Amino acid sequence: MSEKEWPLYEVFIRSKSGLSHRHAGSIHAADDQMALDAARDTYTRRNEGVSIWVVRSSQIVASDPAETAAFFEPAEDKIYRHPTFYDMPDGVENL
Amino acid sequence: MYTQGLDQKDKPAGARQRAEAPEQAEAFQARVDAEEKIEAKDWMPEAYRRTLIRQISQHAHSEIIGMQPEGNWLTRAPTLKRKAILLAKIQDEAGHGLYLYSAAETLGVSRDQMVAELLSGKAKYSSIFNYPALTWADIGAIGWLVDGAAIMNQIPLCRCSYGPYSRAMIRICKEESFHQRQGFDILVALCNGTDKQKAMAQDALNRWWWPSLMMFGPSDKESKHSAQSMAWKIKRFSNDELRQKFIDVTVPQAEFLGLDMPDDELEFDESTGHYRHGEIDWQEFLDVLAGNGPCNRQRMAKRRKAHDDGAWVREAAYAYAEKHAAKDAA
Ligand SMILES: [Fe+2]
Ligand SMILES: [Fe+2]
Repeated sequence: MSEKEWPLYEVFIRSKSGLSHRHAGSIHAADDQMALDAARDTYTRRNEGVSIWVVRSSQIVASDPAETAAFFEPAEDKIYRHPTFYDMPDGVENL
Repeated sequence: MYTQGLDQKDKPAGARQRAEAPEQAEAFQARVDAEEKIEAKDWMPEAYRRTLIRQISQHAHSEIIGMQPEGNWLTRAPTLKRKAILLAKIQDEAGHGLYLYSAAETLGVSRDQMVAELLSGKAKYSSIFNYPALTWADIGAIGWLVDGAAIMNQIPLCRCSYGPYSRAMIRICKEESFHQRQGFDILVALCNGTDKQKAMAQDALNRWWWPSLMMFGPSDKESKHSAQSMAWKIKRFSNDELRQKFIDVTVPQAEFLGLDMPDDELEFDESTGHYRHGEIDWQEFLDVLAGNGPCNRQRMAKRRKAHDDGAWVREAAYAYAEKHAAKDAA
């Protein structure tokens, strides 16, 4: 096939106002507008969204799964960040 | 279902496979056993990746080719309402194909590569779509039986160990029950109609019943890749188990319609609580898979023509995008 493949876009959908955009899947499109239109037709045929973001997949910077343990290690030993770390004396309320 | 073990030709773990450390494979299996999802960039055995690429792309191709038997009836739907419903149903199937292609792409295969393999005939799609939709009742039978069988198969796939496939299946399953209901609704109307209409429904059931049972793939005795797919939690139930479930739920629905199942040996077995059924014609199944079903050539010719006819659109869109990108950059 001599044709060039259309770039891949990742699709993020806000299902209703008040909620964050969430990854829905991906689509191929020649340009940004076509990506939005195709994302609407592919991922919101049943009113699943009130807002769509599309971004070229090649533009996404991701953490490396092979490095997951090391990358997230700094958070591992900081149990004092959780309220359950602290024993509150008996009789103290609303804390 | 749409991936009915059309995998006989697959080579064993081959040359291109990098040496896989046993610890890696063990750690992978432990994750799978713990019901953790595997994500796109995670380490996975090469054979797991290849199995998924084959299964997901076959599934995607089936959704795409599967639009043809129904598309055939769009311009002849009996009412505007039925036409609008059928159009929406077929559009969903296109969407299913797209969700699945993008799930497969996360495994490192390109969309163009998959499409090329479909068009060249190298990749398979479900045998069911090589049967013709001869009457309007067939549109009812397809929704009821073909989508019904697909649902039976797809529900456990929602729990598949591979995250992107599982998420695509969840999305698909949400849409399928409309497909099955609209089909059943067509048959209810026909079965409550004139004798001729009811006969038409019976005829459609007669032709679609056995091919629908074949959608679950070869019997467990013949199914080669099942054990490994089960261990990897790609598959959760065997072909025969799913087929049995489908028969058990579908027979009472046929009774409701007042239609007869085209199987003289079909009988409820009190001791097991399941229906016993007659022998499936596996030779027919193999023939259809080998390319000799009633419509194989027609389906492929139509898909190739659609692809070729669309070439100028793809090129024009690309040229337009490049022109505007250049303008924006200037
Ligand atoms: Fe589908
Ligand atoms: Fe469907």
